[in-house]
Amino acid sequence: MDAGAQLGLFLQHLINGVTLGAIYGLIAIGYTMVYGIIRMINFAHGEIYMVGAFVGVTGFSLMALMGITAVPLALLLVLVMAIGFTAAYGWAVERVAYRPLRASGRLAPLISAIGMSIFLQNYVMLTQGARPKPLQPVITGGFTIWEGPNMALSITWIQAFIILLTVALMAGFTLLIAKTPLGRAQRACEQDRTMAALLGINVDRTISLTFVMGASLAAVAGVLVTMYYGVIDFYIGFLAGLKAFTAAVLGGIGSLPGAMLGGLLIGLIEAFFTGYVSGAYKDVAAFSILILVLVLRPTGLLGRPDIEKV
Amino acid sequence: MTAPMLELKGVRTNYGPIEALRGVDVTVAPGEIVTLIGANGAGKSTLLMTICGNPRPASGSITFEGRDIVSLPPHETAKLGIAQVPEGRRIFPRMTVFENLQLGATLSDPAHFETDVAYCFDLFPILKQRRDQRAGTLSGGEQQMLAISRALMSRPRLLLLDEPSLGLAPLIIRRIFDVIAELNRSRGMTILLVEQNAYHALKLAHRAYVLAQGQVVMQGGGRELLANPEVRAAYLEGGSH
Repeated sequence: MDAGAQLGLFLQHLINGVTLGAIYGLIAIGYTMVYGIIRMINFAHGEIYMVGAFVGVTGFSLMALMGITAVPLALLLVLVMAIGFTAAYGWAVERVAYRPLRASGRLAPLISAIGMSIFLQNYVMLTQGARPKPLQPVITGGFTIWEGPNMALSITWIQAFIILLTVALMAGFTLLIAKTPLGRAQRACEQDRTMAALLGINVDRTISLTFVMGASLAAVAGVLVTMYYGVIDFYIGFLAGLKAFTAAVLGGIGSLPGAMLGGLLIGLIEAFFTGYVSGAYKDVAAFSILILVLVLRPTGLLGRPDIEKV
Repeated sequence: MTAPMLELKGVRTNYGPIEALRGVDVTVAPGEIVTLIGANGAGKSTLLMTICGNPRPASGSITFEGRDIVSLPPHETAKLGIAQVPEGRRIFPRMTVFENLQLGATLSDPAHFETDVAYCFDLFPILKQRRDQRAGTLSGGEQQMLAISRALMSRPRLLLLDEPSLGLAPLIIRRIFDVIAELNRSRGMTILLVEQNAYHALKLAHRAYVLAQGQVVMQGGGRELLANPEVRAAYLEGGSH
């Protein structure tokens, strides 16, 4: 292969990696925000994303049934629907499985989260069936960025859509956390819940909203992944959840930009490993990163140690 | 005395097996500065936190402006106009001074936000210079000023102050006590002040309670307790003031 083709291939892996990384990043935000505010890993978050994907598939069938064929409108409606349903699941999980355990140390909610994860998987399997659910391509085609003698660099419309939507969501989200009263309340609860309550912030409601926000982003990720791969099953939340968790840890758990960066890096690592080494072992690459980070830099790339000068 | 603004009757609060408050009666009338003095572990901070609803008392009653507030969580008592400058200041260290003030204004009308910020910067000009600095980087005295300002942002009717002088230099302590007197005098703010620095607190207060082992052991006018030999022996002599 000549140098041009080499470069073309590299860039192609890059595009694939960024697409994948965008999705991991969206899910990772949910892990990192929940950890930030209640210091707990919500292991059911991957399942929330899976629920989002299923609502997405159902939504697209519903749109077809109702004769809504305009892609932008259908897409918008499905996204809204997925966010609505999935956010309700995220909210309910916190209410049912975590809030009653908030005063009881760290282990109990963690186990409760794993239980919730198993419950949601089986619940979706029973109600939606265990067989993979296919989705007709919603957005097809793409465009060729560059064409060489024996190599073409292209980006599909769906990839472009995933990347752009994710960037927009992350920018909006960063702004929300930094500038709005809700974002301020969330950061206040993160730093000192007792004090936040003394100032009149409803801590329970703020925590609920954090779950709702995390679930909303996971729902978008679920819809996007469904459109990207065209097939989902009740088990996709497990692996994607672990990868996004890895991304959150890599970026520094509790850090919002960290989750985005971590997601991007995990996506890139997977894409390049698949491209240059082996697709079968891409998960090994991702989880080796988790181990390395935990051993060498437990606070992650952008995380901060828990010690604070007061 | 006019009808009390705040009234605690027989309040008992437990932390697990520890009885922190063992039947406390305290009243605060509108416009008063009332101080609670007592040794470490007497239950002073617990009393302030119990008023705010965290923890809830095991028994007894707390009324604020005639309303029973015993079962209200902290964010509800805050809505009634009770603000606390808690023990250890508890400013939000990873947020700017300005954001801390914004959080203090969580419940107040945005229309008077600018006025209130200006008022705080007027009381403590150093905070204006530190406006966009992370609160965790402030000195102890500046953090205390910020904690007081944050509480003022809600325009409280009752201000609870928990050892505002702790660990501060004498000059800053004087400034803080001046501000407390000023808030009471010019704004008519009702203040319940917890202090170990009994000398300053008693000089300032209209009335005072002495708390020991979760119970009120003495009460009276501020100057009156200041002159009391028992109080002098237990809380003033040998202390730094």
